[in-house]
Amino acid sequence: MIELDGVTKYYGNYPAITDITFRVEKGEAVGFLGPNGAGKSTTMKIITGFIPPTSGTCSVAEYDIVNQSIYARRHIGYLPETVPLYADMAVSDYLRFMGKIRGMSRERIKSRISEVIEICRLQDYRQSYIGKLSKGYRQRVGIAQSILHEPDVLVLDEPTIGIDPIQVVETRNLIRDLAGEHTLIVSTHILPEVSMICERVIIIHEGQIVAVDRPENLATRLRGVERIEIDVRGPSKEIIAAVKDVEGVSGVERKPNPGSADFTTYEIEGTRGGDLRALIAASVVQKGWNLLRLQAVGMTLEEIFLRLTTTEEQLPES
Amino acid sequence: MRTTMAIAWKELQVYFTTPTAYIIGAMFLIYAGIIFVLDITSQTPEASVRSFILPSSTFFILLSPLLTMRLLAEEQKLGTMELLLTAPVRDWEVVIGKYLASLGALIATIALTVYYVIMIYSFGDPDTGPVLSAYLGVILYGAAALSIGLLASSLSSNQLVSSVVGMGTLLVLTFVDEIGARLSGVPADIINNISLRVHFSDFSRGIIDTSNIVYYISIIAVVLFLTVRSLETRRWR
Repeated sequence: MIELDGVTKYYGNYPAITDITFRVEKGEAVGFLGPNGAGKSTTMKIITGFIPPTSGTCSVAEYDIVNQSIYARRHIGYLPETVPLYADMAVSDYLRFMGKIRGMSRERIKSRISEVIEICRLQDYRQSYIGKLSKGYRQRVGIAQSILHEPDVLVLDEPTIGIDPIQVVETRNLIRDLAGEHTLIVSTHILPEVSMICERVIIIHEGQIVAVDRPENLATRLRGVERIEIDVRGPSKEIIAAVKDVEGVSGVERKPNPGSADFTTYEIEGTRGGDLRALIAASVVQKGWNLLRLQAVGMTLEEIFLRLTTTEEQLPES
Repeated sequence: MRTTMAIAWKELQVYFTTPTAYIIGAMFLIYAGIIFVLDITSQTPEASVRSFILPSSTFFILLSPLLTMRLLAEEQKLGTMELLLTAPVRDWEVVIGKYLASLGALIATIALTVYYVIMIYSFGDPDTGPVLSAYLGVILYGAAALSIGLLASSLSSNQLVSSVVGMGTLLVLTFVDEIGARLSGVPADIINNISLRVHFSDFSRGIIDTSNIVYYISIIAVVLFLTVRSLETRRWR
């Protein structure tokens, strides 16, 4: 549905994105993850046809975004990062205008406005001036206009930025509901959002794709180190020494657990490879200490993200 | 075409639901009214619109950029341009739509002076021909001024900058014939023919010269074309 091939964009001499290549299939929900200034918005502006790429090609619904722009744009619903709205228009007038410039028929506009107002829960604000709405409601109006024409592709740039926590949850739920019907690209720098909404994550850093995968695969694949937590009752120093002796363990750290003086929690880092859990358990139990808990700790997306973007570890694309 | 009309209609609504059009209309009426009163109370009052419509039209130097400054500059400032240009709308449809809206507002403003015409007809016996041609000229003159204002609006996201650029350009284009009057030969001809004012004076005398109509229409076409181009370059930057 969306295809980018070697897309590069320069602002003057500064490369905002370099050689971005990915595909999004019909009905897929893809998260676009990266720190501020990574090139997320630039990529989205290219996909939606607002700015042309310096080189490379981008197509939406089989239409080239530069050469067949009008056809491609018919298939896109877009919510830019700043949620641009006309402050001096009422919500329903604004939606009607957006419908008209997208070439919808009068009847269809009328029925769709009622539908999107319901979907975005704007019933009480139909006649309110957009300038008077709170940020969260403006966000909803922004989403409402993006789905008004039932586009095949929905592009949402940082849809939950700057709104209060309750509205963030509501907005996320709304987007998740939309994900079923549309091909969806959501950009964000908030990590839990991606695992909530998306089936696939594209991590972008300094204008380049550093990883593409499912949120859960990303965690396993990235586990160059394996992490295990254990709760043990016994003498700390000896435990650390003993666990360190286990083959494959690269580090042991005592974690503060003020709740209980009874046992201590240790965090063990092992090099990638076989499962260390059996070996660790055996070595602890052999020494006669009580092993109360042993757990493999997966990496959170947050850690993956930090690892990817701070150490710039390059991963082969799947 | 439908999208063009949708944009034009939306902008017209903005003119008339915000104070803009009313303030500009009131200013124009005050100015035209003063000139009208000065004219009919002079030693030799004339039953024609010529004497007040010609000076009134110089007011367009101020009025047109005020009407157009918002149209494209604000979209860029608010970021709404991004939505407009990612909708399946061609750049020229946006420009024409906005232009038609400003033209509508201008014609509505000019229409306010019909009140004076009614007075002239009820107290005098003017020739209808020159009255109509003067109005045709004034609309063409205003239409050209608006296109220049719209071009200025596309150049900046700051409305003040847009309006000042528009006013400056119009000021030069209107009074450039003063320079022409001090020259002779081909340079004088060229400069005189550029002037917005020179082409207008025939209309106020009741002469509808095709070359004058062609002049205004060419100005509008060229300037609107440049506006579309200017909008396109915004994308490439």
